[in-house]
Amino acid sequence: MMAAEESGDASRTLVAQANAALAARARWSPLEIAFWLAAAASIFLFPTKHLILTEIAILGLFALSLDLLLGYAGIVSLGHAAFFGFGAYAAGLLAKYHVVNEPVLALLASGIATMLLGFVTSFLVLRGSDLTRLMVTLGVALVLREIANRLEITGGADGLQGIVMDPILGRFSFDIYGHVAYVYSLIMLFALFLVARRIVNSPFGLSLRSLKGNPLRAAAIGIHVNGRLVAIYTIAAGYAGIAGALLTQTTQFASLSVLDFERSADVLLILIIGGTGYLYGGLIGAVLFKLMQDWLANLTPQYWQFWIGLILVIIVLVGRDRITRTTDPIRALVQRATDRVWSGVRGSG
Amino acid sequence: MALVLQTVDLQKRFGGIVATNDVSLSIEKGARHALIGPNGAGKTTVINLLTGVLRPTGGRILLEGEDITDLEAHKRVHLGIARTFQINQLFPDLTPLETIGLAVSERLGMGGQWWRLVGSKSAVVEQAVEVLDRFHLADVMHERTATLPYGKQRLVEIALAIACRPNVLLLDEPAAGVPEAERHDILAAVAALPKDVTVLLIEHDMDLVFSFADRISVLVNGELFVEGAPEDVARDPRVKAVYLGEEADA
Ligand SMILES: Nc1ncnc2c1ncn2[C@@H]1O[C@H](COP(=O)(O)OP(=O)(O)O)[C@@H](O)[C@H]1O
Ligand SMILES: [Mg+2]
Repeated sequence: MMAAEESGDASRTLVAQANAALAARARWSPLEIAFWLAAAASIFLFPTKHLILTEIAILGLFALSLDLLLGYAGIVSLGHAAFFGFGAYAAGLLAKYHVVNEPVLALLASGIATMLLGFVTSFLVLRGSDLTRLMVTLGVALVLREIANRLEITGGADGLQGIVMDPILGRFSFDIYGHVAYVYSLIMLFALFLVARRIVNSPFGLSLRSLKGNPLRAAAIGIHVNGRLVAIYTIAAGYAGIAGALLTQTTQFASLSVLDFERSADVLLILIIGGTGYLYGGLIGAVLFKLMQDWLANLTPQYWQFWIGLILVIIVLVGRDRITRTTDPIRALVQRATDRVWSGVRGSG
Repeated sequence: MALVLQTVDLQKRFGGIVATNDVSLSIEKGARHALIGPNGAGKTTVINLLTGVLRPTGGRILLEGEDITDLEAHKRVHLGIARTFQINQLFPDLTPLETIGLAVSERLGMGGQWWRLVGSKSAVVEQAVEVLDRFHLADVMHERTATLPYGKQRLVEIALAIACRPNVLLLDEPAAGVPEAERHDILAAVAALPKDVTVLLIEHDMDLVFSFADRISVLVNGELFVEGAPEDVARDPRVKAVYLGEEADA
């Protein structure tokens, strides 16, 4: 009787520990909160920089989308611009032909349309090695670009012109300084980030990490590997589509460049700079990438791509592992601080 | 007794190699069935065929009379077939808690939920912790699996299959490479499974096989060589020839 009670207590303690450890994973760290406070503060701190900040937010959302694929499911892509571009044209067409006039609704519609494209093309990347996936994703983007180039409705090489955006929610009109555009983009980025954060911390997200590490074993414990890959590919496509749609809405223009190979390559570069698999890599990478691009372009207008290329090579050669190893102590510190703050909150509450 | 798992003329060719040659196995419900044979006999291939990792080039597989020959691997798990791997197949970046939790939430049909946080269903956490505790893994359940010593990783490997609560458990050399002291944990856990769980065990240690099995199949060169009760197999001169003959030749 006594023994049974004791072992009952022991297992309850273990379950409590397990619960605490799992809950800790999804907890907001002070660094994260600081990150988003800084993002919000940028609205007031840099009122003259809203145009480039909007670009950064959109790029960050696009990179977040690729992180969901690459960082969590291990799917490599060299053609992620296919979805960005598709969303961009979708938003353009919706606005130009007055199908959906309200920007937020049009944004959602563009995202859903891109999800459909993602769903259909996901079956092409299920099978095969990383190399096949690179080729297939690249191919899809090239095909899409050529279609946009040929079709009359997309405006071919001239791009989609004559887009006029209605006010957001019928109230906030886009202005030429990009104030409204930046706030709008930032809010969308944050909302979608929250959803992504939820997804990666869910059982579904955990199963993605498992099949990224070992698809053979994932299937052997009953995980429908292909089903999960289709799902995340579809979701990521939707994210990229919304990023593209935001670009069209905030610039009132869509050109073939939204489908360029360079765009796919840039977003991969951004993720490599910022790191994969923790959701902030794409956002931080986008900031660094744009700053670097700006700085290098001013320094050596003709050669900035040379420098970006060189930096990429250095990052890859030095290895992310080594970089993360040097930042590990910082992360541990943040983790400890988080735990203390939260236990403090719980203790006082 | 009812047959749980049956293969009919199962065949697998890898190019010129016939790894499984017309194997017809019949495994009864609740059996403790051992599959033995020299290295390269095709034992692992049989398990890969049964679990859907490989597709046979001929023959059929029946689970409780239903043809599952073409069923996808994950669906067979849902029907109650689970396995362990001869060489550990784990999730290096996940903790044992997350690893076992995955299997539990998949079994409870919650593995695809994206709106819920991991750990928010108490049934999943409780069952995962129970399995971890049973395998003496509770003290390392928060560590990255990749950093665990081999013996512990081996325990995770076995615990993961058990967490699927299989009706049919296929164990591919579960004690391979495990120090004597920890072998006991693994075997005790297998022995403690409910009587109606059917176990197919691949193992080289003959003492272990004979203490565990109530039926033994001997596979040689992809073919089913002898099948019977342990005493009969032990006495069979052909089996002696294969095992002892090999040693004598060597
Ligand atoms: N994926 C594969 N491709 C080619 N040959 C294989 C493959 N898997 C197993 N084999 C061959 O099939 C035979 C049986 O292997 P296996 O089933 O691993 O034997 P066991 O588990 O009894 O040691 C061996 O000759 C092996 O080389
Ligand atoms: Mg083997």
